[in-house]
Amino acid sequence: MTIPLATEDVLPAGEPPAPGLPAGKTPGMFSRGLEVFLENKLAVAGMIILVAIFAFCFLGPLGYHTDQTHVNLANENLSPGAGRPLGTDDNGYDILGRLMVGGQISLEVGLAAAVLATCLGTLWGAVAGYLGGITDAVMMRLVDALLSIPTLFLALVVVSMFPPTETELILVIALTSWLTTSRLIRGEALSLRVRDYVQAMRVMGGSSARAVLRHIAPNAVGTIVVNATFQVADAILLVVALSYLGLGIRPPQTDWGGMLNSGIDSVYDGYWWQIFPAGIMIILVVIAINFIGDALRDAFEVRLQRR
Amino acid sequence: MTALVEIEDLHTEIRLRRSVVHAIDGVSLSVAAGECLGIVGESGSGKTMTALSVMRLLPAGGAITGGRISLADTEITALTEDQMQRVRGNAVGMVFQDPLTSLNPTMTIGDQIAESVRLHRGASKARALARAVEVLGLVGMPRPAERVASFPHQLSGGMRQRVMIAMALACEPKLLIADEPTTALDVTIQKQILELIDSLRQRLGMAVILVTHDLGVIAGHADRVAVMYAGRIVETAPAAALFANPRHPYTEALLDALPERAASAGRLYNIPGQPPDLTAPPPGCKFAPRCRYAQDQCHESEPYLAADSDSHFFRCFFPVGAAKSTGSGAGSALAGASAAASSAPLFPAVPSATVPSATVSGEARRETPDAAVAAPGQGDFLRVDHAVKNFAVTSGAVLQRRIGQVSAVANVSFALPHGSTFGLVGESGCGKTTIGRLIVGLEKPTSGRILLDGDDIARQSRRDRQRRARAVQLMFQDSYASMDPRMRVSTILREPLAIARDGSHADQRRRIAAILGEVGLPATAVDRYPHEFSGGQRQRLGLARALIAGPSLIVADEPVSALDVSIQAQILNLMRDLQREHGLTYLFISHDLSVVRYMADAIGVMYLGKLVETGPADSVYSSPAHPYTKGLIDTVPVADPAAERAKEHQGVAGELPSALMPPTGCRFRTRCPRAQDLCASTEPPLRPFTSAAHQAACHFPLRDPEPGLVSVTEGTGPSSPALRSAHHRPPRQPVQTPRTNA
Repeated sequence: MTIPLATEDVLPAGEPPAPGLPAGKTPGMFSRGLEVFLENKLAVAGMIILVAIFAFCFLGPLGYHTDQTHVNLANENLSPGAGRPLGTDDNGYDILGRLMVGGQISLEVGLAAAVLATCLGTLWGAVAGYLGGITDAVMMRLVDALLSIPTLFLALVVVSMFPPTETELILVIALTSWLTTSRLIRGEALSLRVRDYVQAMRVMGGSSARAVLRHIAPNAVGTIVVNATFQVADAILLVVALSYLGLGIRPPQTDWGGMLNSGIDSVYDGYWWQIFPAGIMIILVVIAINFIGDALRDAFEVRLQRR
Repeated sequence: MTALVEIEDLHTEIRLRRSVVHAIDGVSLSVAAGECLGIVGESGSGKTMTALSVMRLLPAGGAITGGRISLADTEITALTEDQMQRVRGNAVGMVFQDPLTSLNPTMTIGDQIAESVRLHRGASKARALARAVEVLGLVGMPRPAERVASFPHQLSGGMRQRVMIAMALACEPKLLIADEPTTALDVTIQKQILELIDSLRQRLGMAVILVTHDLGVIAGHADRVAVMYAGRIVETAPAAALFANPRHPYTEALLDALPERAASAGRLYNIPGQPPDLTAPPPGCKFAPRCRYAQDQCHESEPYLAADSDSHFFRCFFPVGAAKSTGSGAGSALAGASAAASSAPLFPAVPSATVPSATVSGEARRETPDAAVAAPGQGDFLRVDHAVKNFAVTSGAVLQRRIGQVSAVANVSFALPHGSTFGLVGESGCGKTTIGRLIVGLEKPTSGRILLDGDDIARQSRRDRQRRARAVQLMFQDSYASMDPRMRVSTILREPLAIARDGSHADQRRRIAAILGEVGLPATAVDRYPHEFSGGQRQRLGLARALIAGPSLIVADEPVSALDVSIQAQILNLMRDLQREHGLTYLFISHDLSVVRYMADAIGVMYLGKLVETGPADSVYSSPAHPYTKGLIDTVPVADPAAERAKEHQGVAGELPSALMPPTGCRFRTRCPRAQDLCASTEPPLRPFTSAAHQAACHFPLRDPEPGLVSVTEGTGPSSPALRSAHHRPPRQPVQTPRTNA
């Protein structure tokens, strides 16, 4: 339970250390959190699904070769059959192969945009929350102003001005998503900066930068990581929305949203294989990420308690 | 007297994820109607669990696994949950420790009190509210009919606790359980609440179970006492017999660890080791690993219950103390001292002002010459010069109009020489913590200077901050909150060195290992997280962190308030040793007078932002000049039943006024029995009393100032210069009814 002392206040000689205490280095925060995470069955399922989808998208094309660049109108709109497990679309591309390649882009954009948005939002929010006063007011009013613009319209405006590439999509999505993160982290920073350990650091002569980077950000990690996972899901959906509106990736590249876009045109023709696969993949990824986010929230809180 | 409450061989367990905690391991108690049973023990002893078991309000995973509890004719252990709900609040009332978190912030107090009446008596809303007003009057709330509609946050701590007591009493219970009812309250309010519980007990003929860790409270208010350790009762006796003649070594050790009993070398006795882990309790007597008289038999088998008389029981093979045929007696603590124990005699209770200059046992305190409290301007180490701190109170979300200010520190001046300890004492809201924060630089003074070795450290430029950080450090009250929970000990201890860019990595590691040894922690502690340590060990870590950068002044803000008595003794001894070794100066801020008396060379007493008395510790204690100091000294509970009963009706009446609008003139006048018109119009200056260093600010002090002594502080604020050197003779018996707080 507790650690024996080294001075005269110790127990008589020969007393074994308190029972239940591990002999070596305590398992760190990470292993304890991992333990809690793995107890959550849904999260484990989500993890498996996510890993499977990643493998499907990135490793699949290595085994399953299809031509995703040259249009082959002879093969257009074929239903699933031999050699084409999910059929072809109206340009003759194989759907299964397209799912893999499209998935790469969706996932890359989603992840990169989420990471960027999280970093920017965390720094902005932590600085605003810690410094307070005028700085905080100005920074947050800026965030409020940007938040008042509907995300989709902002993205549409930017994308219609510049021809979209993958990088540009990442930037656009990141620049619209960081706002909510910054608000969240600012709230955390407000409550963390009055904690005794931050004050103790100030008594030691520590600077504001040290406070934000060494104390506030690490202690807000729980909120940050959980928010980041949900950002990934949101980013993927946003990419899908943009592509569905025709403002995403230009052909012959595509992503799942683009596949939905071209598939919707054939809905009255009954070509179900052009719509359902992409839709199902999107649903699976978003659900898996949400499960993982929930379990991460638990993992980060329980860590600090003795079990 | 037939017992109202009988607990027989109670066993309670709590199932954790992977282990079972045997919280209560065979407890037997009884309480008669109209009697107060005190249950004493440190944290983890099971006393709160006993109280919760009687109410059957155990935490998640808890269950009563054996024994029986009976209240009057009802078998509590045999009731179903539904039947138990009819008992709680009805036949048994409970008062919890922290009234702020135990009251619903969104309901008025009237509604909360009426809730139990409506539940158990089926009363209508109006009748229940009428009963609530009645009960509020019973517990001494002024103007209950008006107050019944207020919310908990609008009341002070003492008032909130009265509301809690009213809630417990609304249905006239047969048993009242009070779990640490006054731990969160100031000393003066604590006395009022405890006396209220006593008077209600006598009026209503209730049985009261008083659970606390404070031996002084037990001495003053309990008829019988049960001492618990590791889930068992180790000794039961009438209060006077227990304090006069403790038979169990743990009881004796607890009494010895009190600061009032410091032995000649100035070292407190402390109980080595830690309480046992209740998931795997040791075989034999649970106290044996820490007992100074333990023998082989103690480690092997459980001691049986032995009796000293028909009322004094204990569980020990080798009891201490003198065997007596009759248990109770009104003997003072000096009588019946055991031969085996080396307990020093208790200080005689501080006498009232009618007995001049009482003798303090000379062997128990080192002599403190006046030089320990240097007059300013003579090579002081730390000097606070007319410090003022006001906090603005704003209203309105957007525009933040300033509607007032809280006068937290109002013109405070004191000085300490190098290597001494200055104790700053006062109740909550008096400004002592704010002064501590001003000195370490967490707040900037509104005006005034703070000089360390001649340099003004109140400035905020970066270089000043770094210089100050090297010279002054802070020890926090809540050791858990003051350390980043995500950092290991090595990182926590390295931080001050890293900020000061002091030494190489290897150097720092060596210093960390050295400081851990100095504070008595094993070297393996570097890899652990703060939450793995006990409260006392964390406080050692806090001390290590404060020391590692090598400061010369340490401001200790209530460092031992959250610790048990035996751990407190360890920490205080450690602080003393380190002070001697490193030549440290301490500013010791506390509300606990006995601790400050033990640690400090000089004392400053604060009230509502003003320093009302200052001087050498012995002088201030034995001959206080200010009525508030005297009131504080009288209300502090001492662990001596005879002394406690003797000071039945002294104390400080009323409540603390708001710091937003402090009383004009002398701020203490609203609660002072000696106040006159002069006190309202003119603020009293600090004047010397028994010596040049002992000063108090009062127009009608408790003793005459020494003639011929001039006030050594260069003016103390807006008082008229005429008063500064005048020898103002106070009237003999000021006739003034004490003003009760409206």
